[in-house]
Amino acid sequence: MWLWGAMCAAGQLPAGVFHSSSAALALADLAGASALGGRLEDFRGRAVLIAAKDQLTAALALIELDGVAQRIVLCPPDLAPAHFPGVIQTSGAVAWVRDVAVPEENGAGLELSVTAHPALTAEPLRRHCTHETEWILLTSGTTGAPKLVAHTLATLTSTIVYQQARQQPATRLPVWSTFYDIRRYGGLQIFLRAAFRGGSLVLSDPKEPITEFLGRAAAAGITHISGTPSHWRRSLMSGAAATIAPAYVRLSGEIADQAILDNLEAAYPNSGVAHAFASTEAGVAFEVGDGLAGFPEVLVGAPGPVELKVEDGTLRIRSAGNATRYLGEGAAPLRGADGFVDTGDRVELRDGRYHFIGRAGGVINVGGLKVHPEEVEAVINAIPWVRMSLVKARRNPITGAVVTAEVVLADNKDVPGERPEGAALTREIIEACRRGLPAHKVPAMVRIVPSLEVSAAGKLVRPGA
Amino acid sequence: MSSVRATIVSQFEAVADEQQRRLAPLTDDLKLLQSGLDSLSFAIVVARLEDELGHDPFNAEEAVEFPVTFGDFVRLYEHSAG
Repeated sequence: MWLWGAMCAAGQLPAGVFHSSSAALALADLAGASALGGRLEDFRGRAVLIAAKDQLTAALALIELDGVAQRIVLCPPDLAPAHFPGVIQTSGAVAWVRDVAVPEENGAGLELSVTAHPALTAEPLRRHCTHETEWILLTSGTTGAPKLVAHTLATLTSTIVYQQARQQPATRLPVWSTFYDIRRYGGLQIFLRAAFRGGSLVLSDPKEPITEFLGRAAAAGITHISGTPSHWRRSLMSGAAATIAPAYVRLSGEIADQAILDNLEAAYPNSGVAHAFASTEAGVAFEVGDGLAGFPEVLVGAPGPVELKVEDGTLRIRSAGNATRYLGEGAAPLRGADGFVDTGDRVELRDGRYHFIGRAGGVINVGGLKVHPEEVEAVINAIPWVRMSLVKARRNPITGAVVTAEVVLADNKDVPGERPEGAALTREIIEACRRGLPAHKVPAMVRIVPSLEVSAAGKLVRPGA
Repeated sequence: MSSVRATIVSQFEAVADEQQRRLAPLTDDLKLLQSGLDSLSFAIVVARLEDELGHDPFNAEEAVEFPVTFGDFVRLYEHSAG
C-alpha cells in the first residue's frame, strides 16, 4: 500500500482539491507535475526530513515521498532550530525538503536539500512504489527534546481502512478540514482521511483570523471538520461558528467536556458531533457520537480491531494502529509485554462511563499541546535565587489546562546578586520561562511557597502521580 | 464601573502587557477575538479571575454559552457573581 496508489484507486486520478490560505491545488495535477523541483527520484530509498512552514507544501511532500523514501520525518512548524541536529541524527536523515520560511542552517550536514513550494512544475513522472516508507512523527519528551515515533502508512490508516470497508461509498467525496496542523497526529489523520480517497482538504493557517478560516472552509463546501475542544471554544467565541454547516464535527486531542459538546450540538443542530480519542503512540482508539462526555464502559475489554483496557488507572490500547516503535538508541519500549500501549491518560469509571481525568506523570495538556512539568521546572530552577519548583496543571475552560508553578526561594545568604521583591519576583520568574520556553509552557501563575513536599525517596511529591 | 468589570478590565490589561499584545479599547461590543488576546491569554485571564473573584462561570453546573463580545464576557461574570 502506498499513498499515491490509494489516491488513484480504481484507476482514476484523485478528484479532490487541497486548499491553503494562499493557494488551491487539484490533486490530479500531481500525475504530471511535482513540488520537488525535478528531484523526486533523488529521494528514493533515503531518509528524508520534511520541514516546511507551509502546510500545503508539506502535504505535497508527504504524497510525493510515500512509497519513494525509506523514511519521512514530519517536522512540526514550531520545531526549534536547536532540536534539528538531534532529530537528524536519531532519524538517520540524509536529505530534506524545506520551504523558504525554514532557515537553511537547520539542515546543516544533510546531503540533499530541496526547497519546495505549492506551485507545481510539470515534468515527466512515473510515480511508483519501491519502499514501505516509515512515517516518523515527533512528540514532546520530558527533557523538551522531541521523541521520534515510527509509523507506517498501514498503521496510520488502519482505522480509516477498517471504517471504509464497512461503509457505503459516499455519493459525493467529503471535503475535510481541520484546525490542527497536519504534522501532528490529529491533523495527520484528517489529511489521510481526505487524501486516501482523493477527497478535498482545507488547511488551516496559524496566522489567519479564525473568521477568515471558517469563511474559506465554507466557500470550499466543507462536510467534515475536526479540532481540539480549545479550537472549538475559540471558534464559538468568534461568533462566526455558524459560517460553516458541516455534516460531521469531530473533537480530539483533549478532554471533551459536557459543556463543549452541548455548545457544539446547539451550534450545529444538523451535524453529527463526535469526540475521538487518539494518541501519536497508541493510534486512534475510538469515536463517541452519543453527545455525552466520556466513553461507554462496554468499550473496554470488547473484542474488535482496537482493544482497550484500563490498568493502574490509565487507558491502554492494542491495535493495528499502534506505532511500531520509538527511534533512537536506548529508547524505551513503546508497548508493554502484553502488546498494549499505555496512553498515560488517566480514566475513572462513573455511572457506566469512563471519564478522562488528566495525565499520568503530571503531563499537562494545554490546548492539545503536551507540557512535561520537568522541562518547565528546569528553566525555573536555573534562576540563581530559586531553590526548587513544582509545576502543575490547573484546569481551564478555554485551553483545558494551564501551567502553574510553586516556587521555593533560596536563602538570601546563598544568592549572588539582587533578588527582586514582591510582584517583580514572580514577574521575573515568568519572564525567565518566556525566554526559554514556547508560550504554552510558560506558567500562567506563579506562587512563592515556603516549602514543597519531598517523598522519603527524595523526590518531589507530584499530584496524581 | 462595577467592581467586577473593573477587575476584568485590569486583568485584560495586565495579561495583554505580559503577553506583549496590543489590547483594543474594551467596549461592550468589542468582539473578544478582536481584542488582541489569543486563546492562551484568555485562559490566563480566566484562571486569574477565578482567583480574584472566587468563581469560574464557565464551570457552572449548567452549560454556559460562550461569550462573543467583551460585554458578554463581563455579564457572564456579573451574573454568576449573583
